[in-house]
Amino acid sequence: MSETLASTFTIQVDGQTVTVQAGQSIMEACDAAGIYIPRLCDCEGLVPQGSCRVCCVDINGRIQAACTQPAAPGQVIGNETPTLNAHRRTLVEMLFHEGNHLCPICEASGRCELQAMAYRLGITQASPYPYLQPVRPVDASHPDIALDNNRCILCGRCIRASRDIDQKHVFDYVGRGIHKRIGVSAARLAETDASLEDEAIARGTCPVGCILRKREGFDTPVGQRLFDRRPIDLDNAVQHHIPTQAVPAHIESDPP
Amino acid sequence: MTKSRVIEIEPLTRVEGHGKVTVHLDAQNRVSEARLHIVEFRGFERFIQGRLFWEVPVIVQRLCGICPVSHHLAAAKAMDKIVGVDILPPTAEKMRRLMHYGQILQSHVLHFFHLSSPDLLFGFDAEPERRNIFEVIRKHPELAKQAILLRKFGQEVIEATSGKKIHGTSAIPGGINKNLSLAERDHLLANHGQFLEWCRAAVTLAKSYVIEHQHLVKRFAHFPSNHMSLIREDGALDLYHGKLRATDAAGQIIFDQVDTDHFNDYLMEEVKPWSYMKFPFIKRLGNVDGWYRVGPLSRLNNAAFLDTPLARDAHLEFRELTQGSPNHSSLNYHYARMIEVLHCCEKVHELLLDPDLQGSDLRSSGTRREEGIAVIEAPRGSLIHHYRVNENDQVTFCNLIVSTTHNNTAMNRAVTDVAQRYLDGQPDITEAMLNHIEVAVRAYDPCLSCATHALGQMPLQVELVDADGTCIQRKSQYIDEDTYGL
Repeated sequence: MSETLASTFTIQVDGQTVTVQAGQSIMEACDAAGIYIPRLCDCEGLVPQGSCRVCCVDINGRIQAACTQPAAPGQVIGNETPTLNAHRRTLVEMLFHEGNHLCPICEASGRCELQAMAYRLGITQASPYPYLQPVRPVDASHPDIALDNNRCILCGRCIRASRDIDQKHVFDYVGRGIHKRIGVSAARLAETDASLEDEAIARGTCPVGCILRKREGFDTPVGQRLFDRRPIDLDNAVQHHIPTQAVPAHIESDPP
Repeated sequence: MTKSRVIEIEPLTRVEGHGKVTVHLDAQNRVSEARLHIVEFRGFERFIQGRLFWEVPVIVQRLCGICPVSHHLAAAKAMDKIVGVDILPPTAEKMRRLMHYGQILQSHVLHFFHLSSPDLLFGFDAEPERRNIFEVIRKHPELAKQAILLRKFGQEVIEATSGKKIHGTSAIPGGINKNLSLAERDHLLANHGQFLEWCRAAVTLAKSYVIEHQHLVKRFAHFPSNHMSLIREDGALDLYHGKLRATDAAGQIIFDQVDTDHFNDYLMEEVKPWSYMKFPFIKRLGNVDGWYRVGPLSRLNNAAFLDTPLARDAHLEFRELTQGSPNHSSLNYHYARMIEVLHCCEKVHELLLDPDLQGSDLRSSGTRREEGIAVIEAPRGSLIHHYRVNENDQVTFCNLIVSTTHNNTAMNRAVTDVAQRYLDGQPDITEAMLNHIEVAVRAYDPCLSCATHALGQMPLQVELVDADGTCIQRKSQYIDEDTYGL
């Protein structure tokens, strides 16, 4: 079927014509065209998994995740629409409800994508719904790395980075439903082969304050942190993402 | 009236935090006892357990919105010990000191002008609707303007050094995460001369008050006590770092140059069932005689001298008031506080001119330790932070003894003294009488949220209770006063 498709074609995004290279997802095509689609679980350099749903866009009347949906000729896409941003706001609010996201005392504050996304979507105060306020143990057993699951949003970026880039499989999902969380490949982090050199542990792979590089917290002054300078957008979302050349060629996308 | 009663003042206003006072009257309306109750519940010492040690300076400062810098720095100093650093790079220590002087300046100014000046300017028995900062703005607009701009200056010093006016993040274990840019320095220097003049005027105002009201000052909550503070090796006042000194009511040394790591050998805490605030005392003297005061009055009593020129002279004049003996007057806390404001303003200037603040060596490291103890002189007095951290970098133990806690017994003495002097035998208790009690508490500038490490709303209250414990009268900002006949 690919032979029948031209190597490039165009789609419409918020009224703007975007040229697409065949094989690109909607997210990739928009990134290349300089159009920012809000996202949390997607990260340049990692296979997309479409789990956070923040990047959902309106494709000819259907709402689908831009990171996993291939671009196709004739698509008319809505991105920055009031309806979609309302959905995104609700999704992000839910994430705040499910974890313990105490920005005032979190070392990720100012470089946290969840916090930055909340600001971008206009979440400036707590929603009226109850918070789950989970009490999950902090795994600080590793000499250089700590894991605070209370702040995890289950984006799976660490799982993909550890599996596909580091080839270590340190992280994976455990549990189901509301009990789902990130587990490690041993009884505790100290017994895995995780190290500070891993892409999974690099600053920016974990979008929140869950995976912590020990003793580095608060080393950047207020005013100089990533999102102090400007709200989350295409430029600063990309600058701390994993370089694409680090991705092994054989990796195929997970099904959406 | 044949029954004994208890008067409850709740909330106590124009203090930081939520507390109440109860005055116990017998059947003849004689005051049998008066107590300051701290009714907030503590929690920080427990929920900090398990957290990672570099988070501590940022977490514990959330105890308070008035003096977060003190907690931020006390915790950072304790964490310096944990990471094995005893001497910080000069830039780090001077940035922290600058932050601290800005903090004490703004906190003292807030307390003196915004909270206490209505009592001093309009009288303890002025109409309640006049005893607030808005009346000060109406009647003394120039003074109010100075107060607001001085406080703003202190907050700007904090912002430039910590990153934010409230709850900054710059002090990290072993150092600081930023230096002071030349632009920040120049901004702070721009109007410094004016601020210094205003601080001098504030000292003059406070001094003239205690001189003009000598009779009152010598009677109102005036009682002998021990005094404790940090002191520099040469005996100078040092608000950021030093050793512990305690003196008795006659000014004789109880202990001196005590390494803060050993505070536990010299101080103990007692718990009483009617307050969430503990009662510390000097171990050697026991829980009856060992109580002491902290804060501006104690610091100026204990210091041999102040190391800035204007404040040094002001301190000498202050000591002349009592011919060099310790000053035991609660109302003189205000005067001492303004001398410290002048000292801090001078210190800020001294530091702003120091090129070390533009240095780039911001952090040291050393050999890890399990225990970290730090003492700092917060605006309200000595603040002790004590932590233990395990090999995984997690806090396993935390004890905070804050300034207001040290002053717990003293504030109860002050409340009893004033209640006995103004309420004793009176057939009817008026609002003005009750405000005298609040004035006594207010002199100590208590921060009740710090003292109990609480979260949430916290105004202060006064209750009148009978011998059976039934509340007869209550004074509360948020309760319909007609209900209680006040």
